Amino acid sequence: MGQPNKDNDLVLDIAGLSIVSLHQHGAQPLLKGLTLRLRRGEILGLIGESGAGKSTLGLAALGYQRTGCKYDKGVVRFDNLLLHSGDEKTLSSLRGVRMAYVAQSAAAAFNPVHRLGAQITEAARCQAALSRREAERRMVSLFRRFDLPEPERFGDRFPHQASGGQLQRAMIVMAMLCEPQLIVFDEPTTALDVTTQIEVLATIKRNIRAHSATSALYITHDLAVVAQVADRIMVLKDGMLVEENDTKALLTKPQRPYTKELLSVYQVGRKRGGGKKKGRGVLLRGEGLDASYGDGARILEDVSFGVSEYEVLGVVGESGSGKSTLARVVTGLLPSREGSLWLGGEVLPRRLKRRSKEQLRRVQLVSQIPDTALNPRQKIGEALGRPLSYFFPQRTQAERERRLGELLSSCELDSRLTNAFPAELSGGQKQRVCIARALAAEPDIIVCDEITSALDRLIAKGIVNLMLELQEKLGMAYIFISHDLGLVRAISDDMMVMQGGKILSYGAASGIEKSEDAYTQKLLRSVPQMRVGWLDEVLQKRG
Amino acid sequence: MPSLRNTGRQARLLLRSMSTLTRTSVGVLCLILLLLLVGPSLSPYSYSAPVGDVWEGMSWQHPLGTDVLGRDMLTRIMKGGRLTVMLAFLATLLGFLLGTFFGFMSALVGRWVDILLSRIVEIIMAFPSLILALIVLALIDVSKGILIVIIAVLDSTRVYRLSRSLAQDIVVMPYVETARLRGEKLGWLMRREILPNVLPPMLAEFGLRFGFAILFLSALSFLGLGIQPPEADWGSMVKENALSLPVALVPAAAIALTTICVNIIVDWLLARAARVRSATPEV
Repeated sequence: MGQPNKDNDLVLDIAGLSIVSLHQHGAQPLLKGLTLRLRRGEILGLIGESGAGKSTLGLAALGYQRTGCKYDKGVVRFDNLLLHSGDEKTLSSLRGVRMAYVAQSAAAAFNPVHRLGAQITEAARCQAALSRREAERRMVSLFRRFDLPEPERFGDRFPHQASGGQLQRAMIVMAMLCEPQLIVFDEPTTALDVTTQIEVLATIKRNIRAHSATSALYITHDLAVVAQVADRIMVLKDGMLVEENDTKALLTKPQRPYTKELLSVYQVGRKRGGGKKKGRGVLLRGEGLDASYGDGARILEDVSFGVSEYEVLGVVGESGSGKSTLARVVTGLLPSREGSLWLGGEVLPRRLKRRSKEQLRRVQLVSQIPDTALNPRQKIGEALGRPLSYFFPQRTQAERERRLGELLSSCELDSRLTNAFPAELSGGQKQRVCIARALAAEPDIIVCDEITSALDRLIAKGIVNLMLELQEKLGMAYIFISHDLGLVRAISDDMMVMQGGKILSYGAASGIEKSEDAYTQKLLRSVPQMRVGWLDEVLQKRG
Repeated sequence: MPSLRNTGRQARLLLRSMSTLTRTSVGVLCLILLLLLVGPSLSPYSYSAPVGDVWEGMSWQHPLGTDVLGRDMLTRIMKGGRLTVMLAFLATLLGFLLGTFFGFMSALVGRWVDILLSRIVEIIMAFPSLILALIVLALIDVSKGILIVIIAVLDSTRVYRLSRSLAQDIVVMPYVETARLRGEKLGWLMRREILPNVLPPMLAEFGLRFGFAILFLSALSFLGLGIQPPEADWGSMVKENALSLPVALVPAAAIALTTICVNIIVDWLLARAARVRSATPEV
């Protein structure tokens, strides 16, 4: 063991840490000599896109490496204990007691067949850190502080009896039970809706920041979120540090271009293309649409809307709002029970089978997860070539080849990709291929169902900009479905807010602030803003 | 030609990824197939005429001895094996065509088509297959074509279950929905969207069913309801020589060796398919 640390305030001291992932083809570096210091009572934000190594770093701070990852060199010192060389027994006596971890998906992290209370107090009881009675007493008092319903009896519930936000808070209770010196939060709000995210963020902010004995690492890809809770932020990219600074300084005076890019992800906008192309009549219209899966409950209730040519209709809602079901009804994948659809004046049959080839061509869908939207056994050339030959059989081979090249270049893809399988492409490239596939049909309207939510923010921004450029050039209409209200508001002409299968507000996107609907207002307030103090303001307003 | 060189390199890589046991099995199976293919025409003896005493032991003239009528055993093994392997292969192939087609259709169309087909398959599967085959063969005249069809239909029920469950995971994928949105017909969805994605486990199953088909055909012939004299396959040869155990063991050993080799190779294929699947990132 090295010399005792002079700085007694230092809880975590990581120096020159390198971790590699083991592959068949040799080792690949995940972390390249990272240095990190965390003082007592401090919250340090780790931010970066997927593959930046932030989760690897967070787990290394607990002396843990995922399977397939291997410690290479460097020092991880936790309160004068060397974690990188610690034996498993020492490490597990620390975990859950003196350090704790909050995972991204609490819903997946809790065992569904055990009661929450038993799981929350398990680590403390196993390590004999607390007596059973003491552990339960603390748990209940934390439940109360975290505003969980029925704090005395909440521990008797099973995971499925609590909501996603409640489970995430229960997981924080589990982490804080033994009052650890270090908590690692790994994307604790990423899987949550924005309105739920606020509650969890508020819990973290109120309880961890007030608790001076506990330090935390807060890992996320969302700069606006981390800005609300962290004292200091480290920006990571490809396993290396890009920039490190106090939260305020980093937000107001970013030094490195990459940080500036990350800061700009919320700034998407649209050049409103003048009135000349717009308003040439309604292209797609839906009236009184009702839908349900099987004989189950209604997922859509009396939904009516209209999209004009060269218009973007934004659809916003949280999970379970029925927004994706709307996409399925419009495209015909799920025939509506009631109501009707019109496409350019003619009735659009509810069932896919009844629609003509021409109608199918005119309405295209781009879906959420590009990995599953492309057949893994079809080369890109075939995925794009099939709609060309299917919808336009009269064209010659040479014309199709030319069109394929056009499609690739208009979606900013390399023409050599035609011979690649989807697995060889990055997530952003795959989504571009999906867009190109929709364009191949030369549609009048494209339904975009959460096309950016599976992508990193910077890549998502590139995709949105591409969609807007394409619209400028080709003049089709979009139905843009997303949970991201900020994004939808920035790019839509009209927008509608949905909850529980109903439309709550519908009108010009620029006038959405004036909506009288309470839920719409709540949603508007819940969108994180890229500045310090936004969360405090929201919480204050709520009282 | 670079593609040829590529194929050669891939074959070498494939061989290297096998265990010694698997490699031996591939070698033995290739040898058996080669013998069946060219053996009968190289043999100096006729497969149907007696050339020696009844149940002669092994000698240089007759490496595997002679059979119940004094015919050369090796020649008959090669000639009979040709029939066994060919019939089993054709039956498996037909079974796969039937089973895969209806399995994919069930998964794609769903609703009453799925219910109807699944019930029919369950009814067939409710009977022990050997007994069902015996009943059918007792009712109609046996021919090679009938044999193939019976084995194929019985086999196709298992193939149906496998292909249906594999396809059910695929048909809900967004890329299949995209193809449906384009208005693609059933044929395209089956051939281009589903089949390539389920090929590795289906190929492994093909090997397994082929092994079972050899056993099944041999069993039918042994019971006298399969291949009829003067023609012979391995199963009927076991029956002919049933009164002399050492001689009857020769065709039985041929059956065992072939099916064991096939099974070992299938095991390797299955393990490989599982590895490939677990290596692809989950979504």
